[in-house]
Amino acid sequence: MSNSHADNSHGHGHHPALAHHFNNMEDQFEAAKFGMWLFLVTEVLMFGGLFIGYIVFRGLYPEMFAEAHKVLSVPMGALNTIVLITSSLTMLLGVTSAQRGERTKSVRFLWVTILLAACFLVVKYFEYSHKFHEGLLPGALFHNEHITHPKAPLFFSLYFMMTGLHGFHVVVGMCLIFWIIRRSKRNEFSPEFYTPVELVGFYWHFVDLVWIYLFPLMYLVP
Amino acid sequence: MTTSSHSNYLNHSKGLWSWLSTLDHKRIGLMYLFTTLTFFLVGGIFALLIRLELFTPGQTIMDPNTYNRMFTYHGAIMVFLVIIPAIPGALGNFIMPIMLGAKDVAFPRLNLASYWIYVAGAVFATSALFLKGADTGWTFYTPYSIRTNSTVILVLTGAFIAGFSSILTGLNFIVTIHKLRAPGQSWSRLPLFVWALYATSIVQVLATPVLAITLLLLMMERLLGIGIFDPKLGGDPVLFQHFFWFYSHPAVYIMALPGFGIISEVIPVFSRKPIFGYKAIAYSSFGIALIAFIVWGHHMYVSGQSELANFVFSLLTMAVAVPTGIKVFSWVATMYRGQVRFEAPMLYALGFLELFTVGGLTGVFLATLAVDVHLTATYFVVAHFHYVMVGGTIMALLAGLHYWFPKMSGRMYPEKPAAIAFWFILVGFNVTFFPQFILGAQGMPRRYWGYLPEFTLLNQISTFGSWLLAVGFVYIAIYLWKAMRNGPVATANPWSGLTLEWQTSSPPPHDNFANTPVVTQWPYEYRVEKA
Repeated sequence: MSNSHADNSHGHGHHPALAHHFNNMEDQFEAAKFGMWLFLVTEVLMFGGLFIGYIVFRGLYPEMFAEAHKVLSVPMGALNTIVLITSSLTMLLGVTSAQRGERTKSVRFLWVTILLAACFLVVKYFEYSHKFHEGLLPGALFHNEHITHPKAPLFFSLYFMMTGLHGFHVVVGMCLIFWIIRRSKRNEFSPEFYTPVELVGFYWHFVDLVWIYLFPLMYLVP
Repeated sequence: MTTSSHSNYLNHSKGLWSWLSTLDHKRIGLMYLFTTLTFFLVGGIFALLIRLELFTPGQTIMDPNTYNRMFTYHGAIMVFLVIIPAIPGALGNFIMPIMLGAKDVAFPRLNLASYWIYVAGAVFATSALFLKGADTGWTFYTPYSIRTNSTVILVLTGAFIAGFSSILTGLNFIVTIHKLRAPGQSWSRLPLFVWALYATSIVQVLATPVLAITLLLLMMERLLGIGIFDPKLGGDPVLFQHFFWFYSHPAVYIMALPGFGIISEVIPVFSRKPIFGYKAIAYSSFGIALIAFIVWGHHMYVSGQSELANFVFSLLTMAVAVPTGIKVFSWVATMYRGQVRFEAPMLYALGFLELFTVGGLTGVFLATLAVDVHLTATYFVVAHFHYVMVGGTIMALLAGLHYWFPKMSGRMYPEKPAAIAFWFILVGFNVTFFPQFILGAQGMPRRYWGYLPEFTLLNQISTFGSWLLAVGFVYIAIYLWKAMRNGPVATANPWSGLTLEWQTSSPPPHDNFANTPVVTQWPYEYRVEKA
């Protein structure tokens, strides 16, 4: 309730970002971090469903996976892996700078992170359009003549579901980073309060981590 | 409703918008309460229509296609829009932070968001009603759910969205319980309703994301034909069942555990005795939550699972009876030699004990492999889960609703009508569902529009019972509505309870307490008064 915030934030010497139901900034920060960890657990379980699907179908049709995965471009996947790992580094630097109160530096690192995320999506765009062109599509839409295994469409169902859901997370991540850049420019963060920056950082590292699993499972393993 | 002289959460700010945009957990709780009860009415009407159709072996009031839609709506609405959100969303939201001595939940804006996400899910799910409906049953089994030309995708989307509401509520509650306890509110002094909600929240956070991905895959199946669950494209329809029950079995405990929490509060207060086995009750909730995740295969004994898997799932399922039995034993032992008072919350708690025990024990029948092969997909299963879900969760919800009604509204409900309504519900429930055990054992399949003539009498008894139930629920709605508007004003602690919500005024002030409370004792130190 907005008026209760006003009650508490003025006159008591409280930090303006301190909500009325917390005793101090530290408790509030700890609660927010705990909440974010729980959210990431739910993300792991959601992706977990797809990974289970992958395990089941790879167990059923290992030779199909061996054949179908060859059309994925390892150099492009590897490039994207490097891009994302680098973006995790710049994210980390952005968070650390925010924590130290170095606003300009933080914003700069966050912009680089967005840029790298965009690079990832551009590479993904080229990969996807190649597959669209070749008819390497999920399930019923599949129409490629070079892959002979009758179950091959399933591989592309999993590929598009997993990389698609991951790509969606990348886009959400870009929006979130953009949001904290704007807040940062409005000078809302300080060494006492940089919770949103830290949490978006958590999220971004998670998005990277998913790709770290997707790359070998899709492009390399079979 | 807002005639009380002191400043409270109800008269803190005015106007519709101050409710729709509120960050106050108590107001959000009330909004959940009204919304879930509205859907309870809708789902209940579908239930009455189903029972009416089954009054005769052939067509009574609707054709088979309509009937398929009716039981799908009834199931989907009751599960996703009523039983899962009702107790955590309404009573949990309202009472739990006060029990902790907190001013609010950890993330009030997220709390409001989960309410509106729930509403958005509900809008999607119910919009199917006005289009081509949904006829898959609430379980959406493939491949039929891929092929049907009904608008099942809207219900899928609705359940998908509502799932996020459930996740966010669970997440919010876990952080609240960890981080916002008042000074002195140690883990060993936590009220059992809070413990139960904690265990529920863990299940919500861990299981619901799997439902999300399952429903997303099914939506993609319908939109793009990805084939993961479609045998025609090399996929595996049984995999859908695994995914679905990996969520939906734990979901049964999302529905049941909060109810256990309410019963654990009501019984000691109305028996004037310390709760028996405090730790056993608290920990058994976690035992149930843990086992919940490893029993999903008991829904699939006849789906082509391996015999070994069936055997293991059967054994594990029976293990659920242990922590559940510990609870029932502790509740009964709490009442033993107590000073039992039979006000409405206690009546419902006793009704809960009777019905839930029947539901729980028939669950052991169903866990038994050889028996279940005969009983799978018969009315025995229908009777079993209604005894657990209605006899358990809804009875507990009614116990909690009456117990906390004075706190939430600041007014007392009338005791006599409450007792009359209780008997309508208890008798009506048994008349409705007990015959279904017999029908199921005799082999009447669930979800069928027609049945053999020899099943007519038991079906008619069941339908008659559904009318008694309806009378009971409508009566409750009427007297609670009246009491809310002009019932006698409630004191702060009408039941002489020791948990923190009774130590603040009724209705509570906006910040819950005038001063942050300091907890100095265990909340169940009740004493039997010597005569």
